[in-house]
Amino acid sequence: MTPCPRTASRAGSLNILLSVFAFIAVILSSPRLSAQEQAPTDSLTRDADSLALANTPAPPVRVTVADTDNDAGGSISISWERSADDIEGGKVNLYLIQRAEVVDGQPGEFTEVGDSPAGKADYSTDDGNTSDDASYFYKVVAVGVVYNEAGERSEFTSESDMVGPITSSPQWFHKQRINTLVGMFLLSFFIIYYIVQAKAGKKLFIRKIAGMEAVDEAVGRATEMGKKIFYISGIGDMDNMMTIAAMTILGRVAELSARYETYLDVPVCRSMVMVTAREVLKEAHSKAGRPDSYKDDMVHYLTDDQFGYAAGVDGLFVREKPATIFFMGQFYAESLILAETGNSIGAIQIAGTAMPSQLPFFIAACDYTLIGEELFAASAYLSKEPKLLGSLKGQDIGKGVVLAAILLGVLLETFGVWQLSNLFSVID
Amino acid sequence: MRQEIPLLITAIVGIGFVIQYFIPHWPFSRMSDWFSDWFSIVGACAIILGALNLLKMSIEKTYRRKEDWGYAAVIIGTFLLMTVIGIAEGRGFRNPGTSFDWLYNYVYIPLSATMFAILAFFVASASYRAFRARNFEATLLLIAAFFVMIGRVPVGHTLSSFMPVGWQLSDLASWVMTYPQTAGQRAIMIGIGLGIVSTSLRIILGLERAHIGGGK
Repeated sequence: MTPCPRTASRAGSLNILLSVFAFIAVILSSPRLSAQEQAPTDSLTRDADSLALANTPAPPVRVTVADTDNDAGGSISISWERSADDIEGGKVNLYLIQRAEVVDGQPGEFTEVGDSPAGKADYSTDDGNTSDDASYFYKVVAVGVVYNEAGERSEFTSESDMVGPITSSPQWFHKQRINTLVGMFLLSFFIIYYIVQAKAGKKLFIRKIAGMEAVDEAVGRATEMGKKIFYISGIGDMDNMMTIAAMTILGRVAELSARYETYLDVPVCRSMVMVTAREVLKEAHSKAGRPDSYKDDMVHYLTDDQFGYAAGVDGLFVREKPATIFFMGQFYAESLILAETGNSIGAIQIAGTAMPSQLPFFIAACDYTLIGEELFAASAYLSKEPKLLGSLKGQDIGKGVVLAAILLGVLLETFGVWQLSNLFSVID
Repeated sequence: MRQEIPLLITAIVGIGFVIQYFIPHWPFSRMSDWFSDWFSIVGACAIILGALNLLKMSIEKTYRRKEDWGYAAVIIGTFLLMTVIGIAEGRGFRNPGTSFDWLYNYVYIPLSATMFAILAFFVASASYRAFRARNFEATLLLIAAFFVMIGRVPVGHTLSSFMPVGWQLSDLASWVMTYPQTAGQRAIMIGIGLGIVSTSLRIILGLERAHIGGGK
């Protein structure tokens, strides 16, 4: 059934009238309601305002952004002048670093990318989220945290001006390592110069290394006694320079022992060292003209575990009672356990390591010890090859240069010439 | 060619490593990580060779009843025990409460600790030899060691407590460790640094070949 148009029109007018009355009633009653509720709201707002005023720190100023220098890209360095309230017991607890990517030339939405504690005024975004293909705007926000009596936490912040846009990029040279480069070239020059001199037949004076002079005697002793020689290459792996040096010395010792037909036993702690040592021994025996005397079992793996290895080697020492023991390479706490056991069975012991903390133990327990650099010089020394001896001479000249630099550094520091002494600082 | 190819690879990798230290740009920035990863991969494969070698030698020794073959038999037994239990317990074999974990905590760790503890006795015997005043240097070492040791224990502090601060035994011990000891250690470290550069250069240039069985 459809309503009469006239009746519908009258009902609509009545509805409008009722709405107008209701509206007027609400308007008339509202001041009374406000009078009841306005007072506490005003008070709360005033309290909040005064709390904010008291705790909001001053913003950080003079924010600068720059591509981080000497890196592989993906990093922006941000620095700022600390907030005036960033003092001992001040209002600043930390700084938030906010970033917005540039979209159509305008900064997009700012998001937090990191933070820096109060007292610091720099930050690097080397977190892997900075792209070299994008530009960014940055803001630094000083944050103060306040806890009320109920333990509720409130944060008050003030942000710096936005700075940017900035884009990160990689560099092709690490400028802070230029002194290392110069030092390396200088040392390489001395070494190569003396190698060339030695090749040309110039006689070079190389100081005697007592430990290396004793190698012949040590191998000869084992031959005379008809006993084994043990060669312990430490617990370092093949990525360690001391182990590589130990392998070069092993080559010389193995050649000598093969020539004297003395059994060389090489128990190792790393599988990679086992593989390498086998090749070294095989070649050394071939070079000595006795390839048939080489056996794979001369080099054998014990365990990767430090003290398990020490126990295994000690057991071998005690049971086999070798005449000669070489300790060459990287050693830790097991050094003295091994060397004292070797000492107790009366073996002649020659040790060499570049671990300063283990050197005193070897010096106390062994007959000869190669100290630090002597380990690296030993192979060249044993070879007696002029070009290798030339490199040792170059190394000694390099040591002289370092000594002169130390003396110069002491003088500069003494007289407070900091800028020059900074030339010797090395950035890791 | 047996020597030339390894020498060439060594030279290229060696030079690459020197360059990567000075060039932060990709790909040099990633080289160190790549080689480190590859070293780990090769090392993980090589461990099989090591384990097989240990087993082979031990089985041979036990089978032929060579001298002290009992130790080799223990190696085989414990090797197999740990391997079988580890495999039987699946991926979570290292979780707390597993049999593997029990063996690790109550067999392996005490054995390692025992071996480490023996060091105390060896330190005593080695110190006795080192500190005998046979000559001037040994006497100097003995005197320095005496002051360092007594300065680092409470009784040393008590004995010299009547002396002014800065002149007590503990101060003397700190002085010996901070100045002469550090100076000596740094001299050794500088020598080691130069030795490493020199050896690296010899290997990169192919002059040092002893590690691949070469040389005159």
